[in-house]
Amino acid sequence: MNNEQQQISEQRVGIRRTVGRSIAALVGMFAFAFALVPLYDVFCRITGLNGKVDTTAQAFVHENVDESRYVTVQFITRGSAGLPWKMDVETQQVRVHPGQPTEVDFTFSNQSDQSNWGRAVPSVSPSEASPHLRKMSCFCFAEQKLQAGEKLTIPLVFQLTHELPAEISTITLVYTLYPVKNKVSQLSSQQTQHAGGTI
Amino acid sequence: MRSLWRWIVSSNVFLSTTPVHANGWNMPRGVTDVSGEIYGLHMTIFWICVVIGAVVFGAMFYSLFRYRHSKGAKAANFHEHTTVEIFWTTIPLLILVGIAVPATATLTKMYDTSEADLDVMIIGQQWRWRYEYLGEEVAFTSNMSTPRAQISGEEGFGEHYLQEVDEPLVLPINRKIRFLMTSDDVIHSWWVPELAVKQDTIPGFINENWVNINEPGVYRGQCAELCGIDHGFMPIVVHAMEEAEFDEWMLERKEAMEQEALGVDREWEMQELMARGETVFESICASCHQSEGQGAPPAFPALAGNERLIEDLEWHAQTVIDGVSGTAMPSFRNTLNPVELASVVTYTRNAWGNDTGDSVQPGDIAKRIAE
Amino acid sequence: MAPKLPPTHPLEHSVTTVAGSQAPAHHAPPRGILRWLLTTNHKEIGSLYLIFSLIMFFIGGIFALVIRAELFQPGLQLVNPEFFNQMTTMHGLIMVFAAVMPAFTGLANWMIPLQIGAPDMALPRLNNFSFWLLPVAFTLLLSTLFMPGGGPNFGWTFYAPLSTTYAPPSTTFFILALHIAGISSILGAINIIATILNMRAPGMRMMDMPLFVWTWLITAFLLIAVMPVLAGVITMMLMDINFGTSFFSAAGGGDPVLFQHLFWFFGHPEVYIMILPAFGIVSVIIPTFARKPLFGYPSMVYATASIALLSFMVWAHHMFVVGLPLAAELFFMYSTMLIAVPTGVKIFNWITTLFRGSISFESPMLFSLAFVVLFTIGGFSGLMLAISPADFQYHDTYFVVAHFHYVLVPGAVFAIMAAAYYWLPKWTGHYPNERLAQWHFWLSVIGVNLTFFPMHFAGLAGMPRRIPDYALQFADFNMLSSIGAFLFGFSQLLFVLVVVLCVRGGKKAPAQAWEGAWDLEWTVPSPAPLHTFETPPDFKRPTL
Repeated sequence: MNNEQQQISEQRVGIRRTVGRSIAALVGMFAFAFALVPLYDVFCRITGLNGKVDTTAQAFVHENVDESRYVTVQFITRGSAGLPWKMDVETQQVRVHPGQPTEVDFTFSNQSDQSNWGRAVPSVSPSEASPHLRKMSCFCFAEQKLQAGEKLTIPLVFQLTHELPAEISTITLVYTLYPVKNKVSQLSSQQTQHAGGTI
Repeated sequence: MRSLWRWIVSSNVFLSTTPVHANGWNMPRGVTDVSGEIYGLHMTIFWICVVIGAVVFGAMFYSLFRYRHSKGAKAANFHEHTTVEIFWTTIPLLILVGIAVPATATLTKMYDTSEADLDVMIIGQQWRWRYEYLGEEVAFTSNMSTPRAQISGEEGFGEHYLQEVDEPLVLPINRKIRFLMTSDDVIHSWWVPELAVKQDTIPGFINENWVNINEPGVYRGQCAELCGIDHGFMPIVVHAMEEAEFDEWMLERKEAMEQEALGVDREWEMQELMARGETVFESICASCHQSEGQGAPPAFPALAGNERLIEDLEWHAQTVIDGVSGTAMPSFRNTLNPVELASVVTYTRNAWGNDTGDSVQPGDIAKRIAE
Repeated sequence: MAPKLPPTHPLEHSVTTVAGSQAPAHHAPPRGILRWLLTTNHKEIGSLYLIFSLIMFFIGGIFALVIRAELFQPGLQLVNPEFFNQMTTMHGLIMVFAAVMPAFTGLANWMIPLQIGAPDMALPRLNNFSFWLLPVAFTLLLSTLFMPGGGPNFGWTFYAPLSTTYAPPSTTFFILALHIAGISSILGAINIIATILNMRAPGMRMMDMPLFVWTWLITAFLLIAVMPVLAGVITMMLMDINFGTSFFSAAGGGDPVLFQHLFWFFGHPEVYIMILPAFGIVSVIIPTFARKPLFGYPSMVYATASIALLSFMVWAHHMFVVGLPLAAELFFMYSTMLIAVPTGVKIFNWITTLFRGSISFESPMLFSLAFVVLFTIGGFSGLMLAISPADFQYHDTYFVVAHFHYVLVPGAVFAIMAAAYYWLPKWTGHYPNERLAQWHFWLSVIGVNLTFFPMHFAGLAGMPRRIPDYALQFADFNMLSSIGAFLFGFSQLLFVLVVVLCVRGGKKAPAQAWEGAWDLEWTVPSPAPLHTFETPPDFKRPTL
């Protein structure tokens, strides 16, 4: 009998330990799911997965311009529902050498009679190219306010790195304009910071 | 049972189906080099599976037949054999490596990012496709042209039921065409089996794919990713032509767009606007707001008798142009031209008893859209 | 065919306390509904799970028949596209979360303590709670169908932004229901792990456990690893919908593709959660009716474990067309193909178990043999789908629908049926009516193949999934599928009939109901009394 009781109490300790470890694993996995959000973002920026672009301005790197190679960079601007803005680019495509700094002007105009907030979300294709698109100055992702009828021209200055894979000859950079609702703008920007800074 | 069979045979359901054409059972070989390679891979793996299946099921049915308890089979007692187990772990591995090699080669080919002769932007929208020929100033939306009466059974099915559009995507053969894909609302997927192109269009992100068509023809496909109510009614038609014919088409299409743009400069009659507006409404708006403007609340508000719409012309026009963020109402600023916008606004203000008597001129809309 | 009854030889292991009344520690159980509401007995909870899952199987089945009825002919005849989308979504959700998963949990509750010689589950009160969460969750989920704007209509995979920005207002309730169901699964999994690790009969090592116990142990680990990820994903959805965050919306800096990565990080292991216990069941039944020990027991365990591990490395094969970079496509193609190796080992082991056996064909065996054949066919189409370049053609078509129904219906569902026929004598004390069971089997096999085999062709010919209406060249395939679906659906009423008849009477079953069965559960009387193994049995390793 004594032996049996001892066995049962040992069993209880064992069960408690298993449950404790399982709960620890559960909490860990739940946290991991949320940790995946910034991790995915970092991963995307390193590998260019999904054509995500690093939008913090980077320093210009003095490299020799590789004149033996031409790369076409296309610019496409798109609107979206709920934002009465127009976004224009001075030229639809440029041909550049890797290493050569290039400036392209983008114009935003608010066509409504109200001021509103918007932001331009960038995406690059092919995604393998995006780590090699170095931007020295850009407006990517910054929230902007335009007064009624206001027009704003912002330059994008970029440089392609020498490491751009040889088989890539055309890079497309697409900006999609999205409205920013004032009420939620703070929350979303907080969230983006959680998501590993700007994208 | 018998009466069910008689009913099936006697009902015209079998007769109504068109005969299954040549490759109606299998993946099409397609009309590009890549689609041919994919077809080859598909058939290779299929036959490998058939052979493995024959061996495995053969052994199984042999055992089932040979060692029947009812025939007095006595069970052996063996339960492991290391050599055999190693053997049937390594053999599948080798077969897999054999499949992986050609698959890797084909995949690498599909990811060719070299320069293309023509760039076409494909934009998914609930529930239509928009095509923009980059650098050519030619762009249009492509809507399903199968009448709703066929779907509801009031009319007989047409030959290309659910796989026909008002304006197909026209492409040249023997040129490398790069597709840039994105979406204005939810995720769609652009799929034409004969071209072996299936790619998701993702809002805010850009995807690319390419095709080099070998044979002229009409190739049909449809949206492959669930995108809402009319996911099943978002067909794709690609019309591939000889290069010269394509160039001619491109010129004509550009002229047509210019003609359309001229419409902005003149005053339009009410009837003209209403007639044009009805066509636009049927092809673009009716899938949500319904043919009689009754909508499908709460997702899709009614337009007929909509007080806000009737009272506020300004708001009405602005909503059509810019859409409503976070709803299924897209922005038509870039997808409809001023003539279409003006006529559809006029139509919705006067149809189904809305009778406001307002008409909106394309010129006014054009002013609003241009700065 | 009458079941082959074993000779009534004396039991190898004697059972100590048998009937509940003999144990003074147990109070008289409450009667009526309260008894079932408050029960902490693993057998009663197991029965509750099984009954619940059977009801849900029929509800999900009715949804499937609505879909198949609409697809019988081209054109829209019965339902509108909006309701059709709600049906495809609900069918998937109910079958996965309310029919298959609870059925396996029910079998685990009934059989794991009996197979390892434990008196009950480790945490009996928690067990009661985790069951009663399920009816709450799924009543809530089904009630969304009656809410304004309708129920979830974005597919069981609920891809953002269709399920966030563009979703019906009821989505918040859908998320809540899924949270509750998830908690139920997690609690069930903890209970199973705690039971298996701590309550085995003295002398039973891990490598002595029946394979059903092993596969469930591994499944429970998978559940603990991925259900929290699902909870995380739907929490993010909830925040995007109600609190203005943008995890999955490009407009606010999020990414809809991130949703798919997170979902499938849960979703692929989830697929194995629905099939590993089925492997366990078949691995127990085939040796019984071949009257020969399972071939390669250790390799079965290792194969199950490697399938489980691999399941964490293959998720993006569900996303081959979202625009992954080449390197990712290659990695996920190779890792997915690798799964064929341990799965192949399992199939070879089952067939070698049959080889030189002494095989009889009672209904549990028939369902298990059909499982082996039809699951393998599902495996072949799985291998084809793994080939990423070809998947550009297969993806999101009826070929995929055919594939996963082959592994889930004649896979998971047939295994559950096999388990029910196998253990009904233990549960009720009576053999199921073999004649009806065989009818049920043959009608099901014909129905399943008629339903799902033509779907391969429809998919290859170009029919996308989740469409309420289709082009005319797909009409013949769809008509066959619909006929098959109704045949299969109505044959399942036979199963209910067999179960009801078996509970009410039938041929009496001895403790060891099947001649070749020698796991511990066959040492307690049939029907198993409410309390068993109150004194641990002496586990004797069978001498092989």
